Amino acid sequence: MIAILTVTGLDHTGIVAAVSTRLAELDVNLCNISQTIMGDYFTMIAQCEFDEQAHPIESLQSDLKTVGDEQQVVIRLQSEAIFRAMHEL
Amino acid sequence: MDTEHEILETIEMIEEYRLDIRTVTMGINLLDCADPDPQTACERIYERIVSSARRLVPVAEGIEAELGIPIINKRISVTPISLVAGASRTEDYTCFAAALDRAAHEVGVDFLGGFSALAQKSRSAADRHLMDSLPQALATTDVVCSSVNIGSTKAGINMSAVGRMGELIREIADRTGGMGCAKLVVFCNAVGDNPFMAGAFHGVEEGDVCINVGVSGPGVVKRALDKVPDASFGGMAETIKKAAFKVTRMGQLVGTMAAERLGVPFGIVDLSLAPTAAIGDSVAEILETMGVGTVGGHGTTVALALLNDAVKKGGLMACSHVGGLSGSFIPVSEDAGMIDAVTSGVLGLDKLEAMTAICSVGLDMIAIPGDTPATTIAAMIADEAAIGMMNNKTTAVRVIPVPGAAVGDDIDFGGLLGHAPVMAVHRSDAGPLISRGGRLPAPVHSFRS
Repeated sequence: MIAILTVTGLDHTGIVAAVSTRLAELDVNLCNISQTIMGDYFTMIAQCEFDEQAHPIESLQSDLKTVGDEQQVVIRLQSEAIFRAMHEL
Repeated sequence: MDTEHEILETIEMIEEYRLDIRTVTMGINLLDCADPDPQTACERIYERIVSSARRLVPVAEGIEAELGIPIINKRISVTPISLVAGASRTEDYTCFAAALDRAAHEVGVDFLGGFSALAQKSRSAADRHLMDSLPQALATTDVVCSSVNIGSTKAGINMSAVGRMGELIREIADRTGGMGCAKLVVFCNAVGDNPFMAGAFHGVEEGDVCINVGVSGPGVVKRALDKVPDASFGGMAETIKKAAFKVTRMGQLVGTMAAERLGVPFGIVDLSLAPTAAIGDSVAEILETMGVGTVGGHGTTVALALLNDAVKKGGLMACSHVGGLSGSFIPVSEDAGMIDAVTSGVLGLDKLEAMTAICSVGLDMIAIPGDTPATTIAAMIADEAAIGMMNNKTTAVRVIPVPGAAVGDDIDFGGLLGHAPVMAVHRSDAGPLISRGGRLPAPVHSFRS
């Protein structure tokens, strides 16, 4: 499955490291990644790919929530389908 | 790959402006469950619903997690029960409502609609039995919703049925403290693919099973209009169309996914903007953003006309099949802006009735004094039905006479049903009009003016 990962929250050291390390452990491949900081606010958007048979999206979301809680950021993982449906004709 | 802006916009719509899927509703045909023995018919109905909808809730929850968009309700609509129960040797249809309630609880849906009768021209014995069973059925079930169609543009208005519904609404209110009336809609021009409650039923023109979806998203439309404070009417229409397109695409996607995963046909997306009582999820707030001082004031109807039409135009291109009620809902208790407008005295029943002439659906979730005469309620239904019949549109009445309550009292219905101030009704006596009974002839379809 292709999904979009978004991470938002107050910026601090180690967010990208924590998120990408956990994704690697979960066998989630990062295809495309962008990151910006506006004021103190950190925003990371990544397109990623994983085998949903081996790792159902619900279990990945649960794992990433733990990382998000530790890092005090919000991490969302959503099927790319919702963004394509809304913005593409 | 979508742009970052579009990704963040979608997330913002969901998290900040309450974009959600109001309901995924499975329509189920029960016609072949009919049996002379009511017990056998009820068992068949229960089995049919449970076997058809067993996976509905888990599949919808899976889609919810995968897409990251809330699906607020999972619901079922069934064939109007008067058509199924008519074959059974009983006059008390409460057992059918009980079977529907058990099945709904077994599969975990929030509501089940279809304890209904189609009496727009005349009432069969089964229609009478169903209507007479309503007070007991609605008092003894949790999630069963009911509707009665009492008129249509083709058939006219069944004024005898209208008069009876006035009596029944009073009786249901007295038996249930008013709450039972929140689960009952009286329609003119009812449609068989409406996914919204309380008026959903699975029409006889439908197949065995299908998935219909109702979207929400008043907050998204309001947010879009906030960004164009100086737009002309044409500019506002364009802005609403674009927002409605995006909202509706969510409905199309969720409906298609649900239908595919459940192995049933996808029916329609209902384009209605469905508010909730939460702040920022209000149709009234959209109208006020457009420049109406307070909803109910002059200018409300024209603003609503623009909103209703633009929502349809934006939504039509966004999905493969449009149906249901498709417009802007204006339920009082489920819309924070409407509640405020009523409380401040600007919005009254007369203006609400005018608003229903140009949007979906009718006088919805309105609390009225518990001592309102049955004939007055019937006259309110007849007035709404006349608007629907003459304008070839669906109209409905869902009023709640609250026993012991006076004008201005605030009544809490709980959950999505919200809360509402009790509204004043005209005290003039409509009894002589309603007691005439019979059928109001269908209107002429040419010479429209």
